[in-house]
Amino acid sequence: MHKSNLIYALKRIIYAVPTIIGLLILTFLISRVIPSDPAALVAGEMATPEQIEALRHQYGFDQPLYLQLIDYFQRLFQGDLGKSLFSGRRVFMDLIDRFPATLELTIVAMLISIFVGTPLGIVAALKRNSFLDHALRGFTVAGLAIASFWLGIMFQLLFSMWLGIAPLGGRIGVDPPKFISGMYLLDAVLTLNGTAFLSALQHIALPSITLSFSSFATIARFTRSGVLDVIQEDFILYERAMGLPPRLVVYKYLLRNAVISTVTQIGLLFGLLLAGTVVIETVFDWPGLGLYAFNSIVLSDYQAILGVTLWAGIAYVTVNLIVDISLTIIDPRKAEL
Amino acid sequence: MSNLRLAWIKFSRDRLAFSGFLIVFSLVLVAIFAGALAPYPEDTFSIHPAERLQPPSLKHYLGTDSMGRDIFSRLLFGARVTLVISFIAVGSSLLIGVPLGLVAGYFENWFSELIMRIADIFLSIPQVILAIFLAQSFGPSINSVILALSITYWPWFTRIVYAETRSLKKTAFIEATEALGASTLRTILLHVPPNVSSPIIVRSSIGMGFTILTAATLGFLGVGAQPPTPEWGVTIAESREYLPDAWWYATFPGFAIFLVVMGFNMLGDGLRDILDPRIRRGFE
Repeated sequence: MHKSNLIYALKRIIYAVPTIIGLLILTFLISRVIPSDPAALVAGEMATPEQIEALRHQYGFDQPLYLQLIDYFQRLFQGDLGKSLFSGRRVFMDLIDRFPATLELTIVAMLISIFVGTPLGIVAALKRNSFLDHALRGFTVAGLAIASFWLGIMFQLLFSMWLGIAPLGGRIGVDPPKFISGMYLLDAVLTLNGTAFLSALQHIALPSITLSFSSFATIARFTRSGVLDVIQEDFILYERAMGLPPRLVVYKYLLRNAVISTVTQIGLLFGLLLAGTVVIETVFDWPGLGLYAFNSIVLSDYQAILGVTLWAGIAYVTVNLIVDISLTIIDPRKAEL
Repeated sequence: MSNLRLAWIKFSRDRLAFSGFLIVFSLVLVAIFAGALAPYPEDTFSIHPAERLQPPSLKHYLGTDSMGRDIFSRLLFGARVTLVISFIAVGSSLLIGVPLGLVAGYFENWFSELIMRIADIFLSIPQVILAIFLAQSFGPSINSVILALSITYWPWFTRIVYAETRSLKKTAFIEATEALGASTLRTILLHVPPNVSSPIIVRSSIGMGFTILTAATLGFLGVGAQPPTPEWGVTIAESREYLPDAWWYATFPGFAIFLVVMGFNMLGDGLRDILDPRIRRGFE
């Protein structure tokens, strides 16, 4: 890594710290100031007045707000997100257990959107105003307007209920592969477990395609405009004037630059996908963080919802940090704060 | 006046923006006249167990739901719920976000830095998740959805207005205004807003689409509007039990969401092309 890149990376990390602290304070304020009785909210709908009082004392809801904030920070640094009413376990452990399922779904959806969206965006830009370009434009505008939970239900109706070619939900139909990463597809490959791999692939197909729909549209759009910008740059004109064949110019010069505009989007997409998992996992009964969040909503499990929110926020900030830093390696011009 | 007319001519010739406008305009009409247009206006709440889960027919254009209520009528009333939620949410985001963006963009001190950092913090949690968390904290209801969406959406306006004001401040026009003796307050209130209004209008239209989608999502997940409100997301959630037989139950509310969000997005896209002379067609 170049020295200026290293300095940028450090600066960028330091810059993220106040954001994360702010994120913690924001969630604290929302959970303590908005509800009329935070203790009752945490205790759940079934709690007796005595239980609520006990919780009020245990969590220090009867203390002044600044003391509560200090306590909140102390707990978070010990990984203490409270106890889930639903599972009776520590929320933090629940999140860790369910994270691989969500990560797997998000990664597969991300790969689909990149490997389908990028080529389509490039072709649309190269053949501007062609039928394909217009079709893609219509498709991307539509892709951003579809409610993903509805799309998932329509896919279930068509592919699972009517055609019967995809499972309705769940992660796998056979015994899961031996635990290595918790991501079934990866674990099945690592343990050379063909049956598990196929079953996992069948199960992930519909949810990941549904999840990738809006991000795929976004990525195609951004790649298209990224390529259009590059086409008009002087150096492309220069290469063409030097007599390089168009095909070579496209492959060698254009693509590298188009990749940059795609990578820029990954951070943003990750947020989109992460938010999307809540509904997609609910629709497809996918046992990850999103389904956990939905179950917590149904059961009014407040600490668990708070945990998912914090987790999503920190994951989002971290991914954007990594994306920003890797961008400076691809394109050193980006290394300014 | 001629400027306005020019904009209107451009607007009515832009197929995308104009179709978007037509969809949005019809939606507003439907929302206002839902009571007159719906064949069974009483079906928002009353139930008819004898007519439950009937497929689309001439009597019930889009079929009936699990309580025998006419889905078409409920969709029309759902348009009202949706529009009210997103109008108020986008409106209050504007009221919070625009002034903050103006102040942060115009001044270059610790206070504007603070505003922008706070906006960043709100944007650091994926918006739907933040909205779920907020709605759950307020307790599930339509009012909570409106509050949650306003709290999550304002930073977008702040960011845009901030960026536009910053670049406007560097132009000779603002410098001249100040040299002529206009006070800071006068500049911020009278001279900056008209010049940053285009991106705000575009963002508002796209924001309407976003808030409609998110409100439906919250309804679907059970943190938003509650049954028997004829909200579209709630209806889709109710319909899942009755699949695959009652396919119409889940299908049509989703189409309604799609059509309306598409309308606002097209309008926003088209307005961007018309209002922003820096972007010409095909370079979006």
